[in-house]
Amino acid sequence: MKLFKLMAATAAAAILLATPAFAQTRIALVVKSLGNGFFDAAAKGAEEAAKEIGDIELIYTGPTTATAEAQIEVVNSLIAQQVDAIAISANDPDALVPVLQRAQQRGIKVISWDSGVAPEGRSIHLNPSDIGLIGETIIKLAADYLPEGGDVAILSAASTATNQNAWIEAAKAVIPEKFPNINLVATVYGDDDSVKSTEEARGLIAAYPDLKAIIAPTTVGVVAAAQVVTDQNLIGKVNVTGLALPSEFKQFIDNGASQAVALWNPIDLGYSAVYLAKALVDGQEAAPGATFSIGKVGEVTLDDTNSAAMAAPFQFDKSNIEEFSKIY
Amino acid sequence: MTDTTATGRHLPDRLDNPVKSAVLSWESLLVLVALAIFIANSFASPYFLNEWSLSDMTFNFTEKALIALAMALVIITGEIDLSVASIIALASTMMGLALQVGADTPMLVAVGIGVGILCGAFNGFLITGLKLPSIVVTIGTMSLFRGVAYIVLGDQSFKGYPASFSWFGQGYVFWVISFELVLFLVCALIFYVVLHHTNFGRRVFAIGNNATAARFSGVRVDRIKFVLFCLTGLMSGLAAVLLTARLGSTRPSIAEGFELEAVTMVVLGGVSILGGSGTIIGVVLAALIMGLVTFGLGLLNVPGIVMSIFIGSLLIVVIALPILFRMWRQRKA
Repeated sequence: MKLFKLMAATAAAAILLATPAFAQTRIALVVKSLGNGFFDAAAKGAEEAAKEIGDIELIYTGPTTATAEAQIEVVNSLIAQQVDAIAISANDPDALVPVLQRAQQRGIKVISWDSGVAPEGRSIHLNPSDIGLIGETIIKLAADYLPEGGDVAILSAASTATNQNAWIEAAKAVIPEKFPNINLVATVYGDDDSVKSTEEARGLIAAYPDLKAIIAPTTVGVVAAAQVVTDQNLIGKVNVTGLALPSEFKQFIDNGASQAVALWNPIDLGYSAVYLAKALVDGQEAAPGATFSIGKVGEVTLDDTNSAAMAAPFQFDKSNIEEFSKIY
Repeated sequence: MTDTTATGRHLPDRLDNPVKSAVLSWESLLVLVALAIFIANSFASPYFLNEWSLSDMTFNFTEKALIALAMALVIITGEIDLSVASIIALASTMMGLALQVGADTPMLVAVGIGVGILCGAFNGFLITGLKLPSIVVTIGTMSLFRGVAYIVLGDQSFKGYPASFSWFGQGYVFWVISFELVLFLVCALIFYVVLHHTNFGRRVFAIGNNATAARFSGVRVDRIKFVLFCLTGLMSGLAAVLLTARLGSTRPSIAEGFELEAVTMVVLGGVSILGGSGTIIGVVLAALIMGLVTFGLGLLNVPGIVMSIFIGSLLIVVIALPILFRMWRQRKA
């Protein structure tokens, strides 16, 4: 019967797909959804860490649709497989908590990375960076290419954007102490809208003839500003920098409108997540103030909510933009 | 396949040996498929045959299957309801609002189910009162209901549901048998009796086979359809209670994509998408098969993309199989 052939084929395929699972530590890297370059890059880093540490079987998995319900099904199957640790980038900070608590009850170590879950659902959360580091980085990106100092302006997202406002506050705080010859002349808001951001960038250039750099801590604004600088033949005069997706921004590094930009590095994030998960499996306690080694990336210290910040945003310039633009 | 149109037209079919027709039925095919997948799973993963694994598996389908039970009746009448997942979102959001004003567990359940029924009644009114096609109406309310949830919540969430409420989605009646599973089995039994052993059920089939003929035979077609849409609303509300309790929180994106999975279960269960035929047993088996497939492949860490390809193929194969079989029989005859 046709059906039996089908079932036999299915069973055979299923058995082929079942990889032998006898490595000592099994760590599952659960992502929001598969088929996303950012997470594929994180998995690459996780593989690297698994090889470095040795005796680790890495399970890279996630749902097709980025929903909490689908991710719960994935976690359920990992619980059934009795993995040693789950490192998850969660689709929902609350909805995953009950199932992750169940995982913990059955002896599985749980950490979240990138997109966190509420503290009840995990031992550690790994942030790609933190407010202070980001604020300092965006100024440093401009200052590095302004040895004499000069006027800079910030093109942000919406004036109500919580993240951007916090980063800008941190940037302002760090200027007098670490970058005394940088003069922040204005902060304008492009609302993460290409058209509005373009207008605001044009306005900055018109209003401040001595402007040396535009800092846009938003992926939309940074592209708009770089386009304005390119269109107005100001390459070499005004340097655009900020937080940018390498794939979107490569052309402006190539044409010189920007010297360097930064963003979180997903490879290091996946890499560090595996190190943290392994440390927990090996019995290290997650408590406020505890310090964990994360291999070549360095080390992290847990704060009051057992969260850790991995590192300053990763810098992209002419030397590496080609490589990263293919990833995300 | 137990095709009631066929039994109507070809009277001699009734004289078939009942054992033979049972063996050749769609349901026995589904039982075979379920058994085959169960056996394949047991061989493929050492973690499958474990009471907790099997219990966890049931959570993959119970909520969707509850909706599929009511959806089956709607589809048998030749209509469809694509707004079910959005009803869950709205019902869950309203439960969250009720929680904010201090509702206790029985109140939360009442709100969830009540909002579900109201949403279903709204669909039913547009379809039977204004004579609009159900597919158009429910595509509209699909955006409408979820839209309201998004307006209320934005990027926020409701959480902090009481522990007694969480029990509905996370609790066990005894040993590894979850409350969700028990509720599903009880509902399945009720739907089985209603569809296959009451006048109401017979009228549902009559409408699906020929609504005009049914009306001339004195069946109150619109009233029955209205009741059925209220019923899918009710079951969606019930699913909202379970899912909200299981997640312990409400977000406007809750239950996204559930409508298609519920329809898949119904069609896989042998209910004709054109209406007029189908059984509850088939739908229950289809739900079980979907759960077995997704959980089994999950245990092997098969990527979700491959899983959707597998379910899509399974659906096409089981739909095509009886048609091919019929063509083959006709050529032989």
